[in-house]
Amino acid sequence: MTFKTEPFVVNAGPQHPSTHGLFRMRFTLDGEVIQDVEPVFGYLHRGIEKLAEGLNYTQDIVFTDRMDYLTSMSNNQAYVMAVEKLAGIQVPERAEYLRVIMTELMRISSHLMTVGFLLNELGAFMTPLLYMFREREKILDLFEMVCGQRLTYNYLRIGGVSQDIPEEFLPALKKYIDSLPGFIAEYDQLLAENEILLMRTKNIGILKRETAINCSISGPVLRASGVKWDIRKADPYSIYDRFDFDVPVGAVGDIYDRYRMRIEEMHQSIRIIKQAMAQIPSGEIQSKVPRVLRPPKGEAYGHIEAPKGELGFYLVSDGSTNPYRYHVRPSSFINLQVLRELMTGVKIADAIVIFGSIDICLGEVDR
Amino acid sequence: MTLALPATEISAKLEAQFPGSLVESSGNTIVVKPESIFQIASFLKNTPGFDFDYLNFITAVDYNTYFELVYYLVSLEHNHGLILKTRCTDRENPTVPSVVSLWNGANFQEREVYDLMGIKFEGHPNLKRIMLWDGFQGHPLRKDYKIQ
Repeated sequence: MTFKTEPFVVNAGPQHPSTHGLFRMRFTLDGEVIQDVEPVFGYLHRGIEKLAEGLNYTQDIVFTDRMDYLTSMSNNQAYVMAVEKLAGIQVPERAEYLRVIMTELMRISSHLMTVGFLLNELGAFMTPLLYMFREREKILDLFEMVCGQRLTYNYLRIGGVSQDIPEEFLPALKKYIDSLPGFIAEYDQLLAENEILLMRTKNIGILKRETAINCSISGPVLRASGVKWDIRKADPYSIYDRFDFDVPVGAVGDIYDRYRMRIEEMHQSIRIIKQAMAQIPSGEIQSKVPRVLRPPKGEAYGHIEAPKGELGFYLVSDGSTNPYRYHVRPSSFINLQVLRELMTGVKIADAIVIFGSIDICLGEVDR
Repeated sequence: MTLALPATEISAKLEAQFPGSLVESSGNTIVVKPESIFQIASFLKNTPGFDFDYLNFITAVDYNTYFELVYYLVSLEHNHGLILKTRCTDRENPTVPSVVSLWNGANFQEREVYDLMGIKFEGHPNLKRIMLWDGFQGHPLRKDYKIQ
């Protein structure tokens, strides 16, 4: 006897606990197996690219904070680097070191969130995540000490940073950085030796090297698939050529490898911060930039290795005070293109974990 | 350091391969005619020595008299990059060939350019609005779009 069956459509989102924001996935299901998935977004679209054309270069920094709100400092850096390239502005040494310290702290905090949420989606509800929040909280305390803000920092400026660090910052940072490897190792041991976690993540959601490159994937997801590509090494910006660090690369490209990348990268960030703390010179933190900045006509692309992938700003100047075009190359948005490749043919329970392992922020996807 | 490939070197090769399709080249930027963008992108992707296997981003700029499409191509193997551009003078119905069949990474980005700038990509598998809703009128990133 045969039954008449037909595929049916299930909407996950826009309000869904696992979507990290307002995001909808339209699953076409055959029983529990996904036949097709269509991501639908735009729920958080604020038209940042258009708004930025109406404000001047300095005012536009605040929009970057509100794109990927978990990595504000990194977004600041990508943007100010593009403006500095456009206008030919030099940045003082001390400011470069401060930027490196802040963006690497930001990377640690973002990766903590990724790992925490990934476990949340595996069913370890809230407990691991709150431990991650505890560690992130200490980073936020450090940021508050530097610029008075805990979420949208707006700390970097064109040609430097907004203010120097207080005296107590470096000792507090040292204390934190010294305690962090122990925490990560303990945490990793609890999880990476957990049989359920291994069963749910190993050999699931495999992203092949060729697919990853063809889909323009960047960041930890690309490296988990075995491509050694890190903008900090491939196109060293700021002062990254002065630091000694490794680029971890995955072998299989499954969820476990993507989890592994985040853990390894946190250790590498700690290495970079330690070197930066030892080398940081005293001196100016802001170079002389005209109050009304009018970059010469032209275009520039500034890009960095943000925690979620390559974040770039393509700016076009017509010689006036406002950018003529302000294009963002959002890593989260472009990384999402691989959803269909990864999810077709897997069970719906795995789809949620695959989604978590890509690590996106809807503020940056929708802009 | 990602090497910015000198455009003059590449443009000579392109001129020999596709006569008459080049508009201009300077620095590491090559401007080509819109109808030949697919053939040239395909040539750049598949020719040994260039191997542009990674499409970093696509965007469009509205210069009032024409639209400029910007493709930033990177080769992960050789670590070099090139900016490929094309210009559309038709404001009513600007159309360029889609490069999704070469790089899947163009899929969402071409949809975004279509949504916000109103440039159609011929051969795109699913060309519809991505950020704004289906009934939306106009394309906000165009310079003549009236903000209410």
